[in-house]
Amino acid sequence: MWKRDEAVRPASGQPTAAPQPHVPASAGAPGPRSESTRSMEKDIVNIGKSVVIKGELNGSEDLTIEGHVEGTIQLRDHVLTIGPNGRIKAQVFAKSVIVLGEVTGNVTASDKVDIRDNGSVDGDIVSPRVAIAEGAHFRGAVDMQRKGVAPAQPKPGTAPQPAAAAPQGAAPAAAAPAGQRVGA
Amino acid sequence: MGLLDRIALRKGEPDAPDAATAVAVDPVFATKALRKFLTCLTSRESPVLLDLGPVVGSNVSFFGEQFGCKILVEDIFSDLDRHIRDAKIAELPAFLTSRFSHLSGAVDGILCWDIFDYLQRPAAQALADQLTRVLRPEGALLGFFGTAPAPGARYTKYIIVDEIHLKYRSYAAARARQPVLLNRDIIRLFSSLRVSDSFLLKNNLREILFRKPA
Repeated sequence: MWKRDEAVRPASGQPTAAPQPHVPASAGAPGPRSESTRSMEKDIVNIGKSVVIKGELNGSEDLTIEGHVEGTIQLRDHVLTIGPNGRIKAQVFAKSVIVLGEVTGNVTASDKVDIRDNGSVDGDIVSPRVAIAEGAHFRGAVDMQRKGVAPAQPKPGTAPQPAAAAPQGAAPAAAAPAGQRVGA
Repeated sequence: MGLLDRIALRKGEPDAPDAATAVAVDPVFATKALRKFLTCLTSRESPVLLDLGPVVGSNVSFFGEQFGCKILVEDIFSDLDRHIRDAKIAELPAFLTSRFSHLSGAVDGILCWDIFDYLQRPAAQALADQLTRVLRPEGALLGFFGTAPAPGARYTKYIIVDEIHLKYRSYAAARARQPVLLNRDIIRLFSSLRVSDSFLLKNNLREILFRKPA
């Protein structure tokens, strides 16, 4: 009795997706059927390592790029991930951009740009939030201002806000405070 | 064995990372000039900041989120390394002369860190001339200058902890610091700028804040 139930139950415990002929045309290295089904369930599309796209790439779902793209990428309300093998020479517009590979071109994100360790961006970034990991490469300009919103400009000295937590134990006072003013 | 027993065992392990040793890697030093530099920078709305060091994520957040700066990252240290690696160090002054495509007077503040300690005179002068050009009148330039020879070929990443503290993180360099620049040498490099503030720290670093006359 139990065996009969298991036979029709999907492996993931989710209802089985209806077999759809639509598989991302750009999926260059199609994996096993179970993998492609899983990626469809998550609504994330992959552009495989061997795929080269030149032109305009538009979409309305999250996208991971492991291949090469030249031109323009627009995922206005979704997350774009440039995988470790991804090589992009394009203007990028997305809600959120995560870079583990290489991007040459300007990146505009309405939410966040995240350059991870070994990720590389050569170009200008416009986004209200930018995270750049130690070990990442970046050359260009960063503009974090929200359009139409005046940036908060705290007066230096009024309320110092640490950008990074000072390590406990490495006491700044013991290190070398009290600069001696000697100049003009 | 219960969960609490396992936790107790882990705490007793000799290899368990100790909080004190984990944080002792990067020393933190006081900075006197950074706050003054920030004051100059924030006198303008949406200031443009040119950072000549390697990109540091938390510094970008600090200037971008807290002060609304537009940050231009131009890592001169990596340019220097590349020229040394390719045995083209003689071409560095010419490279630096054409390195900055920014319009004259387009930048409100420049963070040089200690790049001038690693440059020979011709390259240093070429860089100083370009920085003077791109800085707007009343703009500020902050430089760090060693006052004692330092052994080994290491660069330093200056990570902003807050307005009065910097964390120093050293990393491998292709070249050691050049002979120490005297005060008069530094002032000659930036002959078109005036020294606004100068601080000699106990760690043998001189912080000098320059302003461009209006």
